[in-house]
Amino acid sequence: MSEEIIALLKENVIQGRKTIEDEGVDESLDGTPGVLELTQSAIEKGIPADEIIMHGLTAGMQIVGEKFAAKKYFIPDMLASAEAVGRAMDILKPHLEASNVETRGKFMIVTVKGDIHDIGKNIVAILLKGAGYEVNDLGIDVATEKIVEAVREGKPDYLGLSALLTTTRVVMGEIIEALKENGLRDKVKVLIGGTAVSDEYADEIGADAYCEDGFQAIKKLDAFQAART
Amino acid sequence: MPREGILVHNPYERMTKEQVRQIHHASMQILTDPGLISFNRRAAEIFASNGAEVTPVSSGDHPTWLVKIPEKLVLHALDSAPRIVKLGARNPDNALILNGEEPRVYFVTGSETNIWLDVEFPTYVKKSDPKIEIQVPEFRPRRGTVADLCQSAHVCEHLETLDGYIRTVNIQDKDITEDNKDVNKFFASLNNTTKHVMSGLTSLSQLDNVVNMARIIAGGEEELKQNPIISFITCLVKSPLQFVEDTTDTFIEVCKRGLPVVVSSSPQAGTTAPMKEAGIMAQINAEILAGITLGQLVNKGTPVLYGSVPVRARMDNLDDSYGAVETSQYNVDCSQMARYYKIPNYSTSGVCDPRTPGTQSSVERLFSDILVTLSGPQYLHCAYGLLECNSVFCLTQAVLDDAHFQMIKFFLRPARIDETEIAESLKQIREVMATPQKLYISYIRRAMRSRQISPPYPFEGDGEGDNVFALAHKRMQELLAKPVDHIDRATTARIFEEIPGLLRRQVDGLKTEG
Repeated sequence: MSEEIIALLKENVIQGRKTIEDEGVDESLDGTPGVLELTQSAIEKGIPADEIIMHGLTAGMQIVGEKFAAKKYFIPDMLASAEAVGRAMDILKPHLEASNVETRGKFMIVTVKGDIHDIGKNIVAILLKGAGYEVNDLGIDVATEKIVEAVREGKPDYLGLSALLTTTRVVMGEIIEALKENGLRDKVKVLIGGTAVSDEYADEIGADAYCEDGFQAIKKLDAFQAART
Repeated sequence: MPREGILVHNPYERMTKEQVRQIHHASMQILTDPGLISFNRRAAEIFASNGAEVTPVSSGDHPTWLVKIPEKLVLHALDSAPRIVKLGARNPDNALILNGEEPRVYFVTGSETNIWLDVEFPTYVKKSDPKIEIQVPEFRPRRGTVADLCQSAHVCEHLETLDGYIRTVNIQDKDITEDNKDVNKFFASLNNTTKHVMSGLTSLSQLDNVVNMARIIAGGEEELKQNPIISFITCLVKSPLQFVEDTTDTFIEVCKRGLPVVVSSSPQAGTTAPMKEAGIMAQINAEILAGITLGQLVNKGTPVLYGSVPVRARMDNLDDSYGAVETSQYNVDCSQMARYYKIPNYSTSGVCDPRTPGTQSSVERLFSDILVTLSGPQYLHCAYGLLECNSVFCLTQAVLDDAHFQMIKFFLRPARIDETEIAESLKQIREVMATPQKLYISYIRRAMRSRQISPPYPFEGDGEGDNVFALAHKRMQELLAKPVDHIDRATTARIFEEIPGLLRRQVDGLKTEG
């Protein structure tokens, strides 16, 4: 029974279906429970959270990644699956904490003061959450002092700053300076992203990395994680 | 089921209804004053015996007549010309139904070029940094052959948007003569595509051989009538306003046999027609109507197409300029005139001025392809692969053209807005607004896979360089490697027994039975 639920969970991750009402890649699973319902069932049946993650969610995402690399899947497919996994992780979070299983890392993401663009930021958040990171999205147009305060309180491993405009990217440098002034800079890796920034700009303002898109963000975070262990 | 083509729901029209009537009346005046000069005796006699005013202009070796066609003759002809013309195909699913009252567009190749363009990709090394190598397409023009025509028909069979085939290249092999050219070009085309085949005729003496070949393939006289797998293009009127001796004979004979035929006129604004829009439109319309009238007088009810190939002259050398903006204007106007008469329209787009593929050819062909398609001609001879007006054909360019016709066809899909769509959209909007990310991405995947979302440009490269031509060339080679449904062996054997002049090498390996 538990094997069947895990298999269905994996298949629904591959199809990117969160709930019973969602469309998949094809019609084969229409009207059947999605990732969220199946995750809840798995918990109720006493399947350990780490097993749900490893054999259901992560195994499904592994296939999704392979299909994406083979150009059989596109970004919308990847995002749908990642979002389903991310939402399932929310359900699993208290169970993970209870069994002392740690997430891959804590990632805080925000669109800086003066900028309200958030499509890219949201996509990055979905992908990272789907990749197993604990994501805290502070939103858009957030003041520097609020970001500093959130870092102090939330203690994220990573801080992702997003800006679309050349007029708002300067705020990224100000945030890094504010982190330094508050003694927080060496406690968090700062990653920047958005149309207005680049590798060169990351160097210029003293960020730890520039991420061209969500997939690069996963790679860079994974590399930082690997370096920590 | 015939091919679908693409229905243009609200065809683009340049002229007001009043302007259409003005062109019609101007054409009617032209047909009586000055009238047309006929170098063809039979045409003059047919018009004279049906009430037209026909006056000998000169006699001797090249007799000519002045033919003044009264409006009532033209109107009778327009009444008897079929509104709907079927162009059959070897595969009946590839038949085309041309309805003069319905702006459903079929995309077709054409026209016959003398030059075939081979493509190679030599490697170039950067002088200042020899590690850097690039491949650049190199084009080698040469005379077209039977083998080229076979290749062209083969690839065109597999081009998704292509609805019919007009021979793309003039076969100029050493063993091709005026007496065997027609049978060989029709066989090469018919044997390599199951789509409709249209062509001009080089020699009237070959008409019956070509028709007999079509009859054998179709399965008999009645079968060919029901499924006319071939049709003809005739330029019987040379601009300005002259019935040509030989092509008019061909036209008359095709009409007698009742096969579909295009009455094609190709005036050049600035030289053989007035430069002004009103002038060229009044003249080309008069020329085509004169041809249609002759066809109906020869054989009442014979299927004809309103064939318009107007073009503007280049100012530097007075060549045709198909890339000129006015050329598209004239073609769009002609489409509107044909619809006014409810006669299916054979129109032109996609021809360009440069002799090799590149940026200019892309701009010019796409410009006219979009605009002329929007005007809703039924049979759009849209120059897949054609370059340098009508003189060069490049098969790789034809593959590129197929890609942009896919875009045009996608664009012309009707708007999907109804109660169901609105209700579904409102549900989506409300659902998404309730989520933290506010993204619609999860709703597009099934649409993406059911071809509701336009596909990416098929020849987009991975890197920053432009690999479009190399990728299209690769695609062309893939299509060439795909098999085609040739005429079956028994039918082919019969064709070779009964039709003189066919080259054996067209069917390598065929063993004639008996």
